[in-house]
Amino acid sequence: MLNFMENIEKLPLSSWVSDFTGWISDSFAFLFDPIKNEFGDGLESFADMLAAVPPVIVILIVAVIAFFLSGKRFGLAAFSVVGLLLVWNQGLWEELMLSFSLVLVASLLSVIIGVPIGILMSKSKVAENIITPVLDFMQTMPAFVYLIPAVAFFSIGMVPGIFASLIFATPPTVRFTNLGIRQVSEELVEAADAFGSTGAQKLFKVELPMAKTTIMAGINQTVMLALSMVVIASMIGAPGLGREVLSALQRADVGTGFVAGLGIVILAIIIDRFTQSFSLKKGTNI
Amino acid sequence: MPVIKVDGLSKVFGKNAKQALKLLEAGKTKEEILKQTGSTVGVNRASFEVEAGEIFVIMGLSGSGKSTLVRLLNRLIDPTEGHVIVDGEDLATMNKKDLLRVRRTKMSMVFQKFALFPFRSILENAEYGLEIQGMAKEERSQKARKSLEMVGLGNYIEQYPAQLSGGMQQRVGLARALANDPEVLLMDEAFSALDPLIRKEMQDELLDLQEKMKKTIIFITHDLDEALRIGDKIALMKDGSIVQVGSPEEILMNPANDYVEKFVEDVDRSKVLTAYNIMKRPETVNIEKHGPRVALERMQKEGISSIYVTDGKRNLKGYVTADDASTALRSDVTSLMAILKTDAPTVTKDTLMNAIFEISHNSPVPIPVVEDGKLLGIIVRGAVISALAGQGEVNLTHA
Repeated sequence: MLNFMENIEKLPLSSWVSDFTGWISDSFAFLFDPIKNEFGDGLESFADMLAAVPPVIVILIVAVIAFFLSGKRFGLAAFSVVGLLLVWNQGLWEELMLSFSLVLVASLLSVIIGVPIGILMSKSKVAENIITPVLDFMQTMPAFVYLIPAVAFFSIGMVPGIFASLIFATPPTVRFTNLGIRQVSEELVEAADAFGSTGAQKLFKVELPMAKTTIMAGINQTVMLALSMVVIASMIGAPGLGREVLSALQRADVGTGFVAGLGIVILAIIIDRFTQSFSLKKGTNI
Repeated sequence: MPVIKVDGLSKVFGKNAKQALKLLEAGKTKEEILKQTGSTVGVNRASFEVEAGEIFVIMGLSGSGKSTLVRLLNRLIDPTEGHVIVDGEDLATMNKKDLLRVRRTKMSMVFQKFALFPFRSILENAEYGLEIQGMAKEERSQKARKSLEMVGLGNYIEQYPAQLSGGMQQRVGLARALANDPEVLLMDEAFSALDPLIRKEMQDELLDLQEKMKKTIIFITHDLDEALRIGDKIALMKDGSIVQVGSPEEILMNPANDYVEKFVEDVDRSKVLTAYNIMKRPETVNIEKHGPRVALERMQKEGISSIYVTDGKRNLKGYVTADDASTALRSDVTSLMAILKTDAPTVTKDTLMNAIFEISHNSPVPIPVVEDGKLLGIIVRGAVISALAGQGEVNLTHA
């Protein structure tokens, strides 16, 4: 048995993947280059714009939204104000805004891509059978691995960061959308059909509204994964709080690293509570 | 002309549908087919017709295929074989576009668990069927309001389904179905999820509404009492087949086979049989022509102790007893007017047996059955008891 394995040569799997990636990178350069340039420029100016807003105004807006989203309670608003003030005080405001804009754009794209795929999965058993293992693959492959093709396609900076987080963060939205729609009770679907709804009417007037809470839970997951990926993406030059952590790591500077990490935690908690309360709030009708 | 004509409608679940159909035609049972082909027979060559304005009840135990059958009617489930002809159009073979049109305009459905959309207000729920037809907001809202008012929910339009009780939720379900103004209403165990008192209330209300609307209603139920109460016609199902179709009385009095007989055994006859079923032709005397002598003669001939008195148009005037008549004869009274008694309690032909039982118990004379003042028949006490016991002669012809 052991000899048997020795007689087989090592499959050149890695070079296949490299060749394939190189081929994609070359063949689709016409697609990647404008994304890299135009989209990258757009992203940067968006991030700059966010960073240009005076911190006080941002903090106030966040506090007000937090107050209303959490059902007119002060807890989340107070935490947001204190947390954001701390980040500002530590001189990390610009990094925070950069990280936030990356998360925002990556999450939006994930949702825009993920929800339709989830809908497709819910409607077709075949699609579900094909897409499910792909999602498993995307989620279990170590996140760092995505950085390599991202660089090959989009060189370094914000765009490859977003690309990598798209791959890493989209699966929950897809899964939860599929799940949410499949969970809509059969009688409600029958009711929609019995009154003569078209497929689109059924989807938009019954299934999506019914699945909303579940889909929002998936989006919440996606946003959190996007945030974690944005930090990792600093290794390929994505700016923001992650880059501070990375440079502190390289200099073995515990203090700076901890402070930047704390900034990420604060951002994470605020985003998480925001998206969660949003989904809960929408769910109260049900 | 029937509104719905179902012809040889079958549904086989599973892969070997064609083979299963052949076996069905060869007379194999559901179990044998399941064993041989792995397919389940949902509905087995059902055929029936439903007339306009009729409440047609399909009744059977769970697993008898009644829910599948009703879903074949609006093609929520595609039939394996057979035809569903509604207003001359065959639903089983029509294309998607026509099917949507039929579902939108001709048939509506009411569901067992209400199937209301929880994120829509009561009004928006009732509007649903009209909304997907692309009707303008104002028009559909007006129609939905009207239909909600019809079921007594005019004041709840802003509420959400979760805020209403089960009975009220099903009224919304009914209003939603009625808002489309369909010809045919499919009701799938519509009242089964409600508690008994509310269920009875809803049955009454449905009957009241039906008086006004005259829709064609197909009502699915597993409850024979319910079927007998609201059905103009009842189809009994077993193992996917329709075993008997008939009026409630026919089903009850002449069960087609052992299965039906077993089914109806437990039914409380007093809740089903009416005065019409047990009354008999009365002996009468005419107040305009006859006097005490004729009355007494007839009573002696028939061996009865009292006789009903009518006028020439069979309008009930009262009754006279044998004692009074002979007293009158002796004192030379010639008119029945002087000895006429009017204290007999009357019933109508639709009065149920359990009500008659009470009355007959306290009445010294047979109970007259009266319609618009005219005497239709009389009920003697013995008839009540023997009918309750499941014996005796019973009228089955429809009134």
